[in-house]
Amino acid sequence: MAASPRLEFEKDILEIQGQIQKLVEMAEESGFDVTEQLEDLRTKLETLKEDTYKNLTPIEQVQVARHPRRPYTLDHIERVFTDWIELHGDRAFRDDEAIVAGWARLDGQSVMVVGHQKGRDIKENLRRNFGMAHPEGYRKALRFMRQAEKFGRPVITFIDTPGAYPGIGSEERGISEAIAFNLREMTHLRVPLISVVIGEGGSGGALGIGVTDRILMLEHSIYSVISPEGCAAILWRSAEHREKAATALRLTSKDLLSLGIADEIIQEPPGGAHSDWDGTASSIQEALVRHLKELCKLSTGKLLKARWNKYDAIGEWSDTEAEGS
Amino acid sequence: MAWFRKDKKPLKAEDRRDLPGDVFEKCNGCGEILYSEKLAQNLEVCPTCGHHFRINAEQYVALLMDEGSFEEIDAGLRSGDPLSFKDLKPYTERLRAAEKKVGRLDAVLSGVGTVDGLPVALAVMDFRFIGGSMGSVVGEKIARAGRIALEKKTPLIVVNASGGARMQEGVISLMQMAKTSGVLARLHEAGLPYISIITDPTTGGVTASHAMLGDVNIAEPKALIGFAGPRVIEETIRQELPEGFQRAEFLLEHGMVDRIVDRRDLKLMVSRLLHHMTD
Ligand SMILES: [Zn+2]
Repeated sequence: MAASPRLEFEKDILEIQGQIQKLVEMAEESGFDVTEQLEDLRTKLETLKEDTYKNLTPIEQVQVARHPRRPYTLDHIERVFTDWIELHGDRAFRDDEAIVAGWARLDGQSVMVVGHQKGRDIKENLRRNFGMAHPEGYRKALRFMRQAEKFGRPVITFIDTPGAYPGIGSEERGISEAIAFNLREMTHLRVPLISVVIGEGGSGGALGIGVTDRILMLEHSIYSVISPEGCAAILWRSAEHREKAATALRLTSKDLLSLGIADEIIQEPPGGAHSDWDGTASSIQEALVRHLKELCKLSTGKLLKARWNKYDAIGEWSDTEAEGS
Repeated sequence: MAWFRKDKKPLKAEDRRDLPGDVFEKCNGCGEILYSEKLAQNLEVCPTCGHHFRINAEQYVALLMDEGSFEEIDAGLRSGDPLSFKDLKPYTERLRAAEKKVGRLDAVLSGVGTVDGLPVALAVMDFRFIGGSMGSVVGEKIARAGRIALEKKTPLIVVNASGGARMQEGVISLMQMAKTSGVLARLHEAGLPYISIITDPTTGGVTASHAMLGDVNIAEPKALIGFAGPRVIEETIRQELPEGFQRAEFLLEHGMVDRIVDRRDLKLMVSRLLHHMTD
């Protein structure tokens, strides 16, 4: 079992996993039959995992969404699709490796896949910038979405970023314009678009590839206008209040579903996506195939109308002038 | 007003303590003490150094629209509290306080009118209302102004001033970026002009949506315009930011705004551009 950095609420789970490992090793050395004890421990483990992960607090959800062993975009691509061909670059400045893009097949059907890509270690994160894209990343994403449009293929995006990169080069090359332009263009791209939030849906950097007909969220992913730390620093005047901010922001998949933003929650295996990459990917695949089938039935006109209506309806307001009349 | 100084020599800051604040204002650009009345006549632009004082939404309407032509729309839209948000204060309390302070229900004043006789739809953001942040009502009012432009086949003008998304409405405020950008896509398809006027300060979600999407993006001189706030960037890269970073001139140099226009020339510039696009 890969060593997993400890999250506070995972302590008991890791301890039982350790006991199971020890028991197996002991049995191998001594030749004793430990089948029954093992069975007990495994049942206990499954129950504990289920209980723990069903009752995570919002800040714990944030920790799971950022878990360093959580499967990232390329890990899902490998398992959900076949015939993956990665393509690079924005044809203007460089290839931003914080976003990956390319052709793949979903259940045999050709699709374009675009997603944020975090690095697994420090070396990879130097290339991938922790999944925080620069303007050229968003322009690369749009280039391939338009390629999909040209050939009448659907687009699947995977969202997993702390946010667009806040740096000098980012501002110089127009991160605002790059995101804004993607938002505008995605609202009238003439092919079906589905986004899957697989980890962190960090603000404008997430939305920059996230204006889609369907928004699916992995159970323990989050989607927020600002990080709980950033929100706490501004509204509570200290990042220490991130727990309160995480709760107030309503950023869990359940929140997004009840707010009418997410269309569906994709359940994760007990113990979270990081404990079972294959299981997670197969749930994603099932959901994608189902939603794509529905979207592909719509004419382009109906598809675009529904997309406009979806975003036009978001918000909560009253008309105080209409009330009295 | 016997104490009024007759000489033309500008007042210095040290004279100021004796002077009533509503008669004089200190220029942040050059430090001079200016007569409020003269400053107002000059559209709140310092006559000495050209510094643009921040002005409110009504003032932009007055300086852009033909006199008497403006009709406000959607004045009654009032934000809900979709998250039941509470930080140190409940969101509803912040809203009521801002309403009282600004005399409007949210951070946008919108309507229809004419610019040199040309019918337009206009939305003006107001930084005084919770930092001009974009929540449900800001998004909706800008989108509705865009829809009226579509319906009446007129240009759309948006004057931007904002600290970004309104955190208290969480992901719903984030999605307003897609809403305003989506209406602009339809305007674009319909071949209708959209002029974005970007004033000090415009950052975050508003910059990363409708503010940067103008057929022409006009910035006021020295306006702070950016995605991330300067402090966030400094903390991330752990180095000081270069002089003039994220100012209008920086964006012009990097190709992100089309033109910097002095407020006193703004109406004429908008009118000339719109005539090129629609005659
Ligand atoms: Zn001055």
